[in-house]
Parts: sequence; C-alpha cells; structure tokens
Amino acid sequence: MSAFFCGVDIGASATKVVLVDGDGNALARVVRPSGVDYAATASNCLKLAMQDAGLVDQPAFTVSTGYGRENVDFAGETRTEIHCHGLGCFHLVGRAVTVIDIGGQDNKVIHLGDDGRRLEFKMNRKCAAGTGAFIEEVALRLGLQVGELDALAGAADRTVKLGSFCTVFSKTEILSHLRNGEPVEGIVRGAFESVVERIVEMDPLDGLVAATGGVVAHNPTIVEIIKARIGREVIVPEAPQFTGALGAALTARSLASN
Amino acid sequence: MGDKPASAIKKIEATGLMRKLMGAYFQEIDQAARTGDRKIAWCTSVGPAELLRSFGFLVYFPENHGAVLGSSRLAQELIPAANARGYSPDICSYLTSDVGSYIKQQTPLIQAFGMAGIPKADVLVYNTNQCRDVQDWFAFYQREWNVPLIGIDTQRGLGDITRDHLDGLIAQHKALIPTLEEVSGRTFDLDRLKEVVASSYRCTLLWKKVLHLAAHVPSPITFFDSTIHMGPAVVLRGTPEAEQYYAVLIAELEQRIADGVAAVDGERHRYYWEGMPVWGKLRDHAEMFASEGACVTASTYCNSWIFEPLGCDDPFEGMARSYTELFIVRSEDFKEQYLKTMFKTYGIDGMIYHDAKTCPNNSNCRYGMPQRLNRETGVPYVTINGDLNDLRLYSEEQARTQFEALGEQLREGA
Ligand code: SF4
Repeated sequence: MSAFFCGVDIGASATKVVLVDGDGNALARVVRPSGVDYAATASNCLKLAMQDAGLVDQPAFTVSTGYGRENVDFAGETRTEIHCHGLGCFHLVGRAVTVIDIGGQDNKVIHLGDDGRRLEFKMNRKCAAGTGAFIEEVALRLGLQVGELDALAGAADRTVKLGSFCTVFSKTEILSHLRNGEPVEGIVRGAFESVVERIVEMDPLDGLVAATGGVVAHNPTIVEIIKARIGREVIVPEAPQFTGALGAALTARSLASN
Repeated sequence: MGDKPASAIKKIEATGLMRKLMGAYFQEIDQAARTGDRKIAWCTSVGPAELLRSFGFLVYFPENHGAVLGSSRLAQELIPAANARGYSPDICSYLTSDVGSYIKQQTPLIQAFGMAGIPKADVLVYNTNQCRDVQDWFAFYQREWNVPLIGIDTQRGLGDITRDHLDGLIAQHKALIPTLEEVSGRTFDLDRLKEVVASSYRCTLLWKKVLHLAAHVPSPITFFDSTIHMGPAVVLRGTPEAEQYYAVLIAELEQRIADGVAAVDGERHRYYWEGMPVWGKLRDHAEMFASEGACVTASTYCNSWIFEPLGCDDPFEGMARSYTELFIVRSEDFKEQYLKTMFKTYGIDGMIYHDAKTCPNNSNCRYGMPQRLNRETGVPYVTINGDLNDLRLYSEEQARTQFEALGEQLREGA
C-alpha cells in the first residue's frame, strides 16, 4: 500500500478532509459539520475518508488548516486557509488565477501568479456580511432551509435589493420588504447579490477568476451573479468546498517528501 | 502536563528602572493632586509639554492613561460607561476608556502606584495636531472641574509646511502664556523654557537612537518593546530622568548587538507596524511574532515621539515645527515617502497595517496607501481590523490568520 497524505480544513461551519496519493490525486473527500468538538470531528472525518478509500494505514503526514487548525492532534503542521486555498486551487487550475473563497465566516480573495506563488491576498473585514453566516441568517429570517435558497434565487425574475452592509440591518430590511409584499425569490436573489457586492469591493478581480468554498458549492447561482457582475467567465474548480483541504493535503505531501 | 510554553519574548533589563521612573512620575503627580502643593497641567501627547514644564507644572498625559487602560483590558468595562453618557463607541476609545474610568472611578493607577485616582487638572492644554477628539476629551473635564481649557489648533493633512503655518502656530503657543501664568502663579521665563526644550531635544535624540538600533540585523528590540519603553519619551521628556533612562537602555541594546543577541531568536522576517498597537493584545502579538521568528522592527507610532526641530535656537519655533512636522499631521504623499524611507532604513520585508476602528487619524490604510506602497516597493502587506482599546472591534482569529499568512507568503517567495 503506497503512502497517502491528509489535509484537514476545520472551518467555522464545516470540517473537510481530503486524502491524496503521492501524485496529488484525491482519494477521498469527507465533509461534516464542525460542531463543538473540532478534534473529534477531524478524527471522525479522517476515519470516514479512509473507509471510503479503503485505506487501513494512517496517513504518512497530515496538515491542518482553517479556524480550528490548532485543534487537530494528528496534524504534523498547520497552514493558513490563505495558503491552502491558494495551493488547492492552483493545483486544479494550473495557471495564474484570482481565487474567491466564500466561507462560512469569512471571504478571501487570493491572487496567484503563473507559478502558483501568492502575490497578494485579502480577507473580509471582521463582519460576517457577505459570508455563509449571512446567508444562513437570511434563510432563518425567511423561514427557509439554507438548501432551498439557491433554487429560489435562480427562479427570481427580479432582484429586491438589500442596501445595507450589516447583517443585522439587512435582516431588518428583509422584514420591511416582506411587509411590502415583495416576492421571497427576489429577496433571496437580493441577498445573494449583496454577498457578491461584499466580495467585489474587497479587491480588484483581475485575470482568470475561480470561485471556491462551501457557499459556492451549494449555491451555483452565486457564481452566475459574480459572472454577471464582473462581466467575465468565472470557473469553479472540482469539489469547490474541498479546495482548502486539498491544499492542506498537498502541503502534507510536499512536507513528507522534503 | 499543562505547562505553559516558554515565552519567546526576551526581557529588557532596563524595564525595572523604567517602571521605577514611571512610578515616581505618577507618585509626584498624585502627591500634587492630594495636597495641591504643585499645579497639574493635562497635556495631549504631542502637545506643548515643554511650555507647561517651564511654568513648573507637573504634566499629566491622559493618552498615556488610555494606553494603560487598554493594556490592562480594563477599557472593556469602562468604555460602555462613557457610551452611556453619549460618547459614541465610534469615537476615540482612549477618550471613552478614560472618561469611563473617571465616571466609574476605576483606574489601574490606584493599585499600581497607590494613586488616589485620576489627578485633577488645574489647566487642560491640547493640540489638535493629532485629532479633534483630544479637544472634546479635555472639554469633558473642563465641564466637570470648571478649569481652563486652552490649546493649539493645528491644520492637518499638510504637505509643505510654510512660514505662515509656523508663524500662526508660534502665535498660538504664545497666546497660551497669560492663562498659564495665571494658573501657575509664575511669570513666563524664556531661559527656563530654553532649558526644558534643550532637555527634551536631548531626550529626542536618545529615543531616536534607541529606535534606530532596530535597523541592525538582527534587531535588538521589537516594536512591542518600544511601545513600553517610549513611556519616558512621552511623559518625561524635558526632564533629566528621561535622558538618564535612555542612556541606560541604549547601553543595554548596544551590548545586545555586540553580543549578537537578537530580540527575536532566529529573526527571519522584519516587519513594519503602521498604526496604533492593539494594547490589550500587545503581549499576545509579541509572542505570536516572536514564535514565528518575525521581528516587528519599526513603526510610525514609536517614531512619532521624535521631535528633532526642538534643536533650533528659538524654542517657540522648535515647538511649532516639532508638533507640526509630525507624520500624523501630514499629507498622504508625505506619509508615503516617509514609509518608503523607513522600509529602506529598517530593511523591512513585510508590512502590517492596523485599521483601528476608533482612530482614523492613526489608521493609514484608508486612502489606498497599502496598495500604492505595495506597487512601488513590492513589500507585501496585511491589514488587520481592530482597535487600540476596544477589543470588541478586534477579531483574534482573523488577525492571527493574516499574520501567519504574511509569514507564509514571505517564505514561499524566498
Ligand atoms: S489620535 Fe486617535 S487615539 Fe490619539 S487621541 Fe486622537 S483619536 Fe484618540
């Protein structure tokens, strides 16, 4: 059995594990809610991933990333999400790219050069506006499941604009739109557009643009809105929710070979 | 089991002496506040302290108290009290911490130095060179105590400083004299002012030397050390004690250089800190960077207490120029040039901007500076959102991730 490498990405809402082989091919991917016990969730995800891939031995090396990166006791090293998302995305795209990652709690814009080296990056300000947490709040306010939003936004024939920066103010705005009889589809689309606005104002989106993260994985309409907003194609790499965990696994692979 | 990891911060031996000096400074003020045997002037940190000392005032700097409240994290309990009185959470959190401290009668100065509390001012003297908040801050106390509030209104955002600017400022300094004479009961003494200004100038040169030693690779001192050791340059400039102190500190740092001792073991990155410290996280930040082998070697903040024009012959000219040529008073273009020079002087390879929510005046990342400087110098940067005192505005995780990502980026590029 040849060696394999593990990447764990403990995000604010979900924990992702990716296992790769010596050539960097993904062998398994698992995602579970992060819950409150990050260490236990990480171990559980690893176990499930190994079962999926039919692996028995432990990974040769593990790297963890994400908010909970310090909590993974079987990780040999940690790297930031910035590093891992960049690396994971470059591995899949293979050329200079601007990565937009929309996570549960924060957004990132990462500029990578031709050789994959990071040129610059930005994280959103500490407010959750424009992140997955914002979308969850909107679903809650509208009495919907998060999984229902994308279809609604896609079906909207017009957008009901949300003008506020702030998650709390946006929720108040939603109330007044509902009072005025505005359609739910339009409001959801307005919320999605506001997510995109928060990203567009973070940093210039130059060159080839790729979108990753859980929000992108579950809400393809967001990607359509980004395309329309910037007037260019936006690619979504394979398994966009796992880009960070993939980057961590690839880091584990290169650390093990050094 | 459960052992805390050893601290990566290297202690500066002179710290003990500094604490003694600062203790004596506060006790002298407390004595005056209790007995009324000497007059107390409150002064903004880059205000006309020399003029006040020449009248024999003991000079108290509320911004220094603000920093103490931030470092002790007591600010968290005090800011809401000021907010409730109508002082917005969006304005200077030194102001709101200090006013909250007065309202709640809580200050670490009581435990640390046995003071009775915040010392009552006989006169309040500001300079709006740094911001307008200081004027409103002092006005709170004017209303509380019914004491004179006087000050200097400095134009801000200045590119070139003209003769007209300076003449106006000199006239404003001189216009303070009648009130200061009346409150102090002393007549203005030009020779005494010259002596104080000369001492302040000597202190400035010594403080400059301390900071400049950080240009050495590896640096013998970090920004986090300097924010502590600048205490005497802020509150005791113009006194012999400050001069004596810096001579001791310089000797220790020069010894470190001679012995090849670095402030941060294995220094591999040299950062510049632009903006205020996050006072309540100062130690955490120092540990975080040191454990990564990153030395924050230089900052605008600590350099803001270098007042070289005090060396000129006319003390009024010296004060007017010193308190107007400062970085915080200047235009974006001036600031950009200044930062470029600092990058070169200190061999900076990464830049950290602190966007402090309640102090736009010390947040120099709001008009495109990071992007411009990055384009021109290639030095990578991160911007953390936070605040000097209000930790409700600071996200530990986001800051930590950005600091680490900056180090990763430098290592990837190496
Ligand atoms: S410069 Fe900033 S921190 Fe200093 S007093 Fe003014 S607002 Fe407060």
